[in-house]
Amino acid sequence: MRTQIRPTLVILSLLTFITGLLYPMAITGIAQWVFPWQANGSLLERDGQVIGSALIGQPFDDPRYFWGRPSATASFPYNAAASSGSNLGPTNPALEEAVRVRLEVLRAADPANTQPVPVDLVTTSGSGLDPHISVAAALYQVSRVARARGLAEEQVRALVEQYTEGRQFGVLGEPRVNVLRLNLALDETTRKHERLHSGWR
Amino acid sequence: MTVTGVLQIGIFFLALLALVKPLGTYIMRVYSGERVFLERILGPVERLIYRFAGVEPSQEMSWKTYAVAMLLFNAAGLLFLYALQRLQGVLPLNPQGFVAVSPDLAFNTAASFVTNTNWQAYGGETTMSHLTRMLGLTAQNFLSAATGMAVAIAFIRGLARHTANTIGNFWVDLVRGTLYILLPLAVVLALLLVSQGVVQTLSAYKTVALLDPTTNADGQPVTEQTLALGPAASQIAIKHLGTNGGGFFNANSAHPFENPTPLTNFLEMLAEAVIAFSLTYTFGKMVGDTRQGWALLAVMMIILVGSTLVAYVSESAGNPRLAALGVEQTASSLNPGGNMEGKEVRFGIANSALFAVVTTGTSTGAVNSMHDSFTPLGGLVLLWLMQLGEIAPGGVGSGLYGILVFAIVAVFVAGLMVGRTPEYLGKKIEVYEMKMASLIILIMPMVVLSFTALAVVTAAGKASVFNPGPHGFSEVLYAFTSMANNNGSAFGGLNANTPFYNITGGLVMLIGRFWPAVPALALAGSLARKKKVPSSAGTLPTHTPLFILWLLSVILIVGALNFFPALALGPVAEHFLLFR
Repeated sequence: MRTQIRPTLVILSLLTFITGLLYPMAITGIAQWVFPWQANGSLLERDGQVIGSALIGQPFDDPRYFWGRPSATASFPYNAAASSGSNLGPTNPALEEAVRVRLEVLRAADPANTQPVPVDLVTTSGSGLDPHISVAAALYQVSRVARARGLAEEQVRALVEQYTEGRQFGVLGEPRVNVLRLNLALDETTRKHERLHSGWR
Repeated sequence: MTVTGVLQIGIFFLALLALVKPLGTYIMRVYSGERVFLERILGPVERLIYRFAGVEPSQEMSWKTYAVAMLLFNAAGLLFLYALQRLQGVLPLNPQGFVAVSPDLAFNTAASFVTNTNWQAYGGETTMSHLTRMLGLTAQNFLSAATGMAVAIAFIRGLARHTANTIGNFWVDLVRGTLYILLPLAVVLALLLVSQGVVQTLSAYKTVALLDPTTNADGQPVTEQTLALGPAASQIAIKHLGTNGGGFFNANSAHPFENPTPLTNFLEMLAEAVIAFSLTYTFGKMVGDTRQGWALLAVMMIILVGSTLVAYVSESAGNPRLAALGVEQTASSLNPGGNMEGKEVRFGIANSALFAVVTTGTSTGAVNSMHDSFTPLGGLVLLWLMQLGEIAPGGVGSGLYGILVFAIVAVFVAGLMVGRTPEYLGKKIEVYEMKMASLIILIMPMVVLSFTALAVVTAAGKASVFNPGPHGFSEVLYAFTSMANNNGSAFGGLNANTPFYNITGGLVMLIGRFWPAVPALALAGSLARKKKVPSSAGTLPTHTPLFILWLLSVILIVGALNFFPALALGPVAEHFLLFR
């Protein structure tokens, strides 16, 4: 047994050094050089200011914006420093109650809308940071957003279509809409729209 | 279920099968000491390690020496990782200024990573410094996986050799597995992950303004979001390849910085399964009959594909209670539908169900959706895959020696039925072999069931339960099943970061890993010493469809008998609550 102590200590140290220091440092170096945008969090900018990450959702509850999925992160929704799901089981009454409240809020914000509510819009995601909603969930919100912004529904629907991401390579994953990107585009459209109208006055 | 969903599942399994032969051959070459192309670059490093360590690579070990070296190495790793977590507050690369990890949590996490379990009682982005995650967690991801592979290779040598006293050199197997198999694959995978958006930086977390400010639980306005960053891609690559599964972030592979696109999801699933499946081919090559390896692969595949279909159907059906509220859960081209609680839109139902099955089948334990929120039958499949003993395909290495032990039991039972001395690959299976096999197979259910019972009768055990009713029992059963089988996934509602679960869990993980590993090496030593018996008309061939079915039956019967009562109290009872 004693003869194995030296190899234990030496090999543990050297392999830890290689796999725990050299390897992550090398990957960091290459990543920062070849893929700097991705490696640093896929940050989005507006007017030279960082406005979020293309991969991390943000909380929205203003009727003028598309809303993302409900989030179960601690203390406030979409807390990107503490990712978490709700972990509510399928038979937990708290799940049923939470979904019921979310349905009410959605319907109250757009009483004339009688479409069925897509499931992803009333359930929390695994990470609490899901940047996407389904295409159905975006289309469900078109009427509300258009009214709140004074835009034509067709115009908003066209934006949703423009920001719909298909399956990767046509087959992998699900079609989806990035909520933050869509909302940024929506702000841009509204700005142009207002500029156009103020020009006429 | 949708056509694209089934198609994606089909593509995954085909891609996996296509890799088995090339990777399995390469692994065989690495462990047989043949020259591989990477030795041009890493050969000097390998030789330097042996020189500093005073290891003579050509000198082989008896099973006892092999076991001692393996245990010493892992004990030292355990101590080092514990110390690193306790000292992280005063060590560099800690831009968020995290303090020392508490003693019970540090013990649990050290046991978790050394045993290849990667049970996550910690929240990655709220507890661990960059240095801890690199030098501690990332390094142990490599080393625990390399340990598992080494034991499996030693086991195969025991079967392949005859009248031999040695089963290889642990240090050589460990170093070569790390340098020539895990490291190159991890480098390639890490860079692919970064290209898709997995973060890789040493800088501090980044704070950005919110487009639409919100309020927190206390009614205070929140105008900013802090994005947790770090050297994630390097850890995540090996987390999957080594069937480790411990997340960089709390939400693990559901977190968009850990698994941003359907492509990364596909690659992560592939990485989890590819080495474990390829080792069946390595086994076939090393015992000189690749049909033996394909037979084991067939058993693993049948279990895994069958489980995927059950989980997929169950999750697609959604939650009847939400349907009653008028929520649209029907899948269409615009809506993934199904049970979306705890799942991400980019993955939908098919990729969440497949990932969950692969991660529990392989003992990885990474999650891209929250298993606690699965439908009762979806969750049952995941529990059951672990309760079979992590053999379909199981963790890298540990899965292979696990299923080989089942194969030995299967030939033994068949031998009893026809009244002949059982043999496997020309080796007589006798009393000593059956003792070791029983030790390996029976310890896991004993540990799982007794610790689950302990938890549900003590206040400390019950206090952590989150969901009411039978689901709460499932959470506890899942926790000990996962830890004893070195899986690491969880029904995450259970508050695992308490002294009770940290300490019992740490012990369960250590027992679940090393109790089977030592008898497995003893078995290897005993098999290596035996003479090879030429096969005769009375020999049960172990590569035929009949044997595949027989081995499958033995695995399922042992698993079912052990756990059916416990499953009836948890997921089965819950299913009938939901669909009465």
